[in-house]
Amino acid sequence: MKTTHLEDNFQQKIDAEERIEPKDWMPETYRKTLIRQISQHAHSEIVGMLPEGNWITRAPTLRRKAALLAKVQDEAGHGLYLYSAAETLGVSRDTLLDELHTGKAKYSSIFNYPTISWADMGAIGWLVDGAAIMNQVPLCRASYGPYARAMVRICKEESFHQRQGFEIMLTLSKGTPVQKAMAQDALNRWWWPSLMMFGPNDAESQHTEQSVRWKIKRFTNDELRQKFVDATVPQAEILGIRIPDPDLKWNEERGHYDFGAINWDEFWQVVKGNGPCNQERMEARVKAHEEGEWVREAAMAYASKQSQKLKEQVA
Amino acid sequence: MSAEEWPLFEVFIRSKSGLHHKHAGSLHAADATMALENARDVYTRRQEGVSIWVVESRHISASDPADSDAFFEPAKDKIYRHPTFYDLPDELKHM
Repeated sequence: MKTTHLEDNFQQKIDAEERIEPKDWMPETYRKTLIRQISQHAHSEIVGMLPEGNWITRAPTLRRKAALLAKVQDEAGHGLYLYSAAETLGVSRDTLLDELHTGKAKYSSIFNYPTISWADMGAIGWLVDGAAIMNQVPLCRASYGPYARAMVRICKEESFHQRQGFEIMLTLSKGTPVQKAMAQDALNRWWWPSLMMFGPNDAESQHTEQSVRWKIKRFTNDELRQKFVDATVPQAEILGIRIPDPDLKWNEERGHYDFGAINWDEFWQVVKGNGPCNQERMEARVKAHEEGEWVREAAMAYASKQSQKLKEQVA
Repeated sequence: MSAEEWPLFEVFIRSKSGLHHKHAGSLHAADATMALENARDVYTRRQEGVSIWVVESRHISASDPADSDAFFEPAKDKIYRHPTFYDLPDELKHM
């Protein structure tokens, strides 16, 4: 079959909402786009464990500690589901990790911000996980089967993350004036980076159009950002804390909240590696990987010895 | 970078007694014992299973999607294998 014919067939399947599975024919650019997006997503889960891991040993109560630990464990799990999905496209796990560790692959810039107070655990769960859920729910219907299935699993688990974060924020904002100020400070610092999580404006987004045609994406960056703002404003009102945006107001005509301009210079600076914690995060990842090397080797040596023993017993 | 990547295993989970094991995903492990323990930690953190199977991915043989029309063709024209194929009188209520 000619490539054009194969491509037509492929697009027809997508248009008919059929899923693409690993061994099906797919255009090379579809494969590459997916590997880039899924691995970037996997790296974000793994690097995302670091800012929260910072607070596990300092959680204020055992209940909070157990919940935070479970959340960070989930993130490890989510990274693994996603790496596995990427591997079905013919890329090896080692290659993916290499790309993260050498800086060739990106991860979500939000994790390059520091977590300086306990309230940040609340703000991350509420806002960062909230924004992630906004992004991820439509991905459960992505055209690539293994990615969509991984996302279904992730979304099911993720809803507890947002609720535990909101509960932390609620407790703080109903607490002493100092605690309430902590919650407000965390919102001040995490609000804008959370809005940036949806990526550049549609006009600037180089991948959106093709990804929408391939049904990898179902909504554009700006559509998802708007949904997030609309959902989050009433939640901040329940908390009784103020979103740090003087331009934020309900627009009756549009049926949406208007919000102020995002500082895209900051966004691109962090993407390029100049955020407050880029270097620290990468160093922690590479260190963990290198220091785990002997463990991985020892496990392989043990496994091959065991299988050798088994063979000798059979013989 | 380790010299040798841990092999890939496919994970199948029985969610409760009486149901089939169902494919849940895959993971890397040094051997089957580790694959089972990792599968427990990765895929059943919320009691999603009562039994797990793991098998090294390289042991799975799969049909080729490019040939699936021909491969599944034999069943296509055998509508008499379905109960709805048979003409029965309306008086016959249960069968």
